[in-house]
Amino acid sequence: MSLLSLSFTLGFVLIAMVLSLWLKLGLERDMVIATVRSAIQLIVVGYILKAVFTLNNPVFIVLMIVLMIGVATQNASKRGKSLYGVVWWRVLLALCVSEVVTQGLLLAMGVVPFTPRYVIPISGMIVGNSMIASSLLLNRLQSETAAHRAQVLATLALGGTPRQSILPYVKQAIRASLIPTIDSTKTTGLVQLPGMMTGLIIAGANPIEAVRYQLLILFVLMAGCAIASITLGFSVYPTLFNRNQQLMLQ
Amino acid sequence: METQISPADTEAIRFEHVCKEFIQGSQKAPVSVLKDVSGVVQKGSVVTLVGPSGAGKSTLLSLCNLLLTPDEGRIFLAGTEVRVWPVQELRRHAALVFQSPVVFPGTVLENLEFGLKLQGKRLDNPEHWLQQVGLPTDILEQQAEDLSGGQKQRVALVRVLVTEPRILLLDEVTSALDVSAAREVEEWLLTWQRQTQNTVLWVTHHLEQARRVGDWTWLFVAGRVVEQAPTDVLFTHPQMELTQRFLRGELSGGGIS
Repeated sequence: MSLLSLSFTLGFVLIAMVLSLWLKLGLERDMVIATVRSAIQLIVVGYILKAVFTLNNPVFIVLMIVLMIGVATQNASKRGKSLYGVVWWRVLLALCVSEVVTQGLLLAMGVVPFTPRYVIPISGMIVGNSMIASSLLLNRLQSETAAHRAQVLATLALGGTPRQSILPYVKQAIRASLIPTIDSTKTTGLVQLPGMMTGLIIAGANPIEAVRYQLLILFVLMAGCAIASITLGFSVYPTLFNRNQQLMLQ
Repeated sequence: METQISPADTEAIRFEHVCKEFIQGSQKAPVSVLKDVSGVVQKGSVVTLVGPSGAGKSTLLSLCNLLLTPDEGRIFLAGTEVRVWPVQELRRHAALVFQSPVVFPGTVLENLEFGLKLQGKRLDNPEHWLQQVGLPTDILEQQAEDLSGGQKQRVALVRVLVTEPRILLLDEVTSALDVSAAREVEEWLLTWQRQTQNTVLWVTHHLEQARRVGDWTWLFVAGRVVEQAPTDVLFTHPQMELTQRFLRGELSGGGIS
């Protein structure tokens, strides 16, 4: 695709902005920011990827993954701002465990080789999806706890531990955070063709080959999200309590 | 000559200059809820806490089992400061029953067993306990959510009492019940107290109830203890002018009218 034809696609942004103006949705500013950011980010990443692919040095692969996890941690931790304790390192832990276990297994079983072409995009998807599951978990844990504040307090008052008082709501939050992943896996191919597969097909790959990679991704993402959400759920609930085992949710 | 009996042997709870503030409202301004509260609750006694709503009575209960931490002052249970107690042990020693009844998802039986299960124990005779509080025994397998407010409160009470606390902290526990049920539960709690010789700290807005059940009564107004006296004395010969005004019904809300 030429740069000229790519620039025509800005017309789609214009359509969205006109609609927003017409209905007074007030989204124009955000749309401009989103367009500019996505363009700059992806173009920069494109060149970085090209450089990393050419160098083919494991150090750069690891650096890319570290960068992804760093940005994802910063982003997901925002959802835990109102929690009493420190959240960011728990999110970091969850994302690292998710990435290391899933990517590690793929490499150990020889499903994909340790080359930038495979490891970087797959890691990106694992970390990105784990980040979304983590954000959902943090959101849901706070709303579940607020909704069941009386039960949490009653359990503590009966001499229950913080863990005993919060466990049902941690599980509920984990369940809720995994529903989007499971549901989109269920309907994949029926409702929409997943992005990676679409990209491969447009780029000229055999659809059957594209489907195989897509299945690999779907299964890895299911595991990755579950690992991230469960790790985060069980490591983050202590941030709801102070050292006197009192519920500290605002 | 000092007596040989240490206070810890006779005192269930000792408050020493307890203060508590809450951060409230959009201005984040601290509001003083309890101011310099001191007093002793003797083992085996029933102390009723009365006063206008917002006077800090419920807060005092939550401080006893460390669901809240005092900002200043100290609270001793059986001679040990609350922050020195192992938290779970403290909360089993001094059990709190909330004003609005809380039930957990599941059956009535599961609710009755809830506190014991936290300790890895089981409830042997749930029917007996239900009869004690005037509930039919055939509700054991019903969903607790489906009970009426008054039934939920009785289930919540049994759930606490089966864990055998030594101190019972009651926060207007009969206010969700109709008059006859309230009286029935009140009688049952008193019988339990007489049999076990345990200590009860009982917040009530119902002055007749405070008078019926209390050995001692403390009057709170605007976060301060105005008067502490044997219940009969407080109701018949109040010493403080504020107490006299309260008993005449001249005080309402959190402050002094």
